[in-house]
Amino acid sequence: MRVALFVTCLADAMFPDVGRATVAVLERLGVEVVFPPGQTCCGQMHVNTGYQRQAAKLVRNHVDVFEPYDYVVAPSGSCVGSVRHQHAMVARNAGDAGLADRAQSVATRTYELSEFLIDVLGVEDVGAAYPHRVTYHPTCHSLRMLRVGDKPLRLLRHVRGLDLVELPDADQCCGFGGTFAVKNADTSTAMLADKMRSVLSTRAEAVCAGDSSCLMHIGGGLSRLRTGVRPIHLAEILASTGSAG
Amino acid sequence: MSQTFLGMPHAPAGVGHLHGDRPFPDAARDALANTQLRRNLGHATATIRAKRASVVGELDDWEELRLAGEALKAYTMAHLDRLLPQLEAAVTARGGVVHWARDATEANQIVVDLVRATGTDEVVKVKSMATAEIGLNEALAAAGIAAVETDLAELIVQLGHDEPSHILVPAIHRNRAEIREIFLREMPGVDPELTDEPRRLAMAARAHLRAKFLTTKVAISGANFGIAETGTITVVESEGNGRMCLTLPDTLITVMGIEKVVPTWTDLEVFLQLLPRSSTGERMNPYTSTWTGVTPGDGPQTFHLVLVDNGRTAVLADPAGRSALHCIRCSACLNVCPVYERAGGHAYGSVYPGPIGAVLTPQLTGAATSLPYASSLCGACFDACPVRIDIPSMLVHLRSTQPHPATERAAFEAVAWTMASAGRFRLGERLLRLGRLIARRGRIRRLPPPLSAWTDTRDLPAPPQQTFRDWWSAR
Ligand code: SF4
Repeated sequence: MRVALFVTCLADAMFPDVGRATVAVLERLGVEVVFPPGQTCCGQMHVNTGYQRQAAKLVRNHVDVFEPYDYVVAPSGSCVGSVRHQHAMVARNAGDAGLADRAQSVATRTYELSEFLIDVLGVEDVGAAYPHRVTYHPTCHSLRMLRVGDKPLRLLRHVRGLDLVELPDADQCCGFGGTFAVKNADTSTAMLADKMRSVLSTRAEAVCAGDSSCLMHIGGGLSRLRTGVRPIHLAEILASTGSAG
Repeated sequence: MSQTFLGMPHAPAGVGHLHGDRPFPDAARDALANTQLRRNLGHATATIRAKRASVVGELDDWEELRLAGEALKAYTMAHLDRLLPQLEAAVTARGGVVHWARDATEANQIVVDLVRATGTDEVVKVKSMATAEIGLNEALAAAGIAAVETDLAELIVQLGHDEPSHILVPAIHRNRAEIREIFLREMPGVDPELTDEPRRLAMAARAHLRAKFLTTKVAISGANFGIAETGTITVVESEGNGRMCLTLPDTLITVMGIEKVVPTWTDLEVFLQLLPRSSTGERMNPYTSTWTGVTPGDGPQTFHLVLVDNGRTAVLADPAGRSALHCIRCSACLNVCPVYERAGGHAYGSVYPGPIGAVLTPQLTGAATSLPYASSLCGACFDACPVRIDIPSMLVHLRSTQPHPATERAAFEAVAWTMASAGRFRLGERLLRLGRLIARRGRIRRLPPPLSAWTDTRDLPAPPQQTFRDWWSAR
């Protein structure tokens, strides 16, 4: 099976390890991964900040790039949420019904990593090992836009050596919200403080999530407080095969 | 009708409580600094969230009920042109008088004139969002008429010279000790030995209010539902004080937003299941009062219904925003909203705070505002809403209709231009790598404004040596 990797702009520029890990997991499971080089960004930040007209260009590029593939996989609940729930709308609002149809078709073939592994490949044990105490934060868009449910947890439960500890108030937003973190920095920080308190209460070594953006936010707070708790993307744990993680 | 249909009047500024005077981030900053407020709110919302979750969990047809509520509301909004005249005819046939108010100013004038005509200078009130929206108490005060709130939480707000901060529990930002102080200070003849035990506080309020109920000739209420078929008005409450207002005075004046109409009696079946579970976390609220016009010899002998628009038809004109009018004011979205929980209700500058306020207020006023940005788009409000209002999508829509700061617009234009081509994006990534120069030990601890808002409390990782696409092409 051949899948196109949508690495997301954030992972490409800032968290390349997340992209490499996604490739490693998929290839280990016998999937042929291609990286369409024309890809850039899903445009979510533009849409969510009120720049739909500008986002229309990004949607067009995304659709052009990914249209030829049967499967598109991205290591981000948020970006897949944007592709699925916003792309066709943005195209329609830009007056391009043809693009909206094409966007809708790409959307139905686009999967978040845990969805792809479980729903398409039918795999829960990806052969990973990560001997650490880990807590999992379900990001809002995975949880409420994609409704991934417990799929990431099912994958984590099969990771050898991993001690999964439940995060209190797990479904509470971490306070990232894209430009919300800057436009409403004080409220965002108050939400982050509560999320960090929950994370620290678990005495986990690492906090795992399926979105680099939320991890950047939670990890940025944990780093500022010098807590030593590391943020780690789900793909990185699933790619890990030893204790070196 | 589409968004381009212009000319619908919005809720006017300078009257009522919709137009806040401070941007949300500024007002929120004050609230966040008030640790007592944050504790009160965090405690209250957590309690009510848990209650709601448990009673909602009891119903295995909850999702079907939500869908039914949504469908009924959509039907009603599409047929307001027929349902409102039907309601008027039914109320009139049963001896009531119907008045139509285009906006807050007209509605206040109608009510002031009606009260004046009775010759009284004091009225009792059932808690009502519509009268708070139009600023009726202030309008009555200006006309020399005192309005006494009879809902306990609303009374606390009134006595405390405060603003409500929650749709259902207007004094949610206050704790018992604060309430005791307000009562001691403001309630004539209160027992100086009053403790902050909830029962003692309620008893004090009851003694204070009983005198008002027995002597006041005019009552003013809002309406939870107005049934077009029969002309019946419904008020749903917990304390029974509302029922006193609705039955003891000679004259009853009800102020109702035009969106509160429902087609038939049987529609109540759906809403009376959705509302109490979503709002107070109860299977059924203790008091549901319904009345139809006037009944000779029983209850108020004069009944006026004031139907208020105040921007609602303008909301209806926008297909992407009109479902905000489906709101049944249960407040479930407030109680699950992480932003509301931290920032509190006053930060929204409107009688409608929280997620629904962030979409309804800007639509009613038509004014530029920071409210659509007062959300992390986490989606909890949509999951909680008993009539399935898609608040997150509406927030995104409203953001695209707001004016943007020039520098921000320029930045977003530039980023969109860069990102629209992989070649330019790659160059952008090279530039981003310069960020490594300001990083220490792999962390960036300080960025220039406006991005300093990020680094005030959070580190940023340094950009990596090699982007993913560079790694891929070297592979
Ligand atoms: S928007 Fe929905 S959840 Fe919020 S108050 Fe209205 S009906 Fe309740």
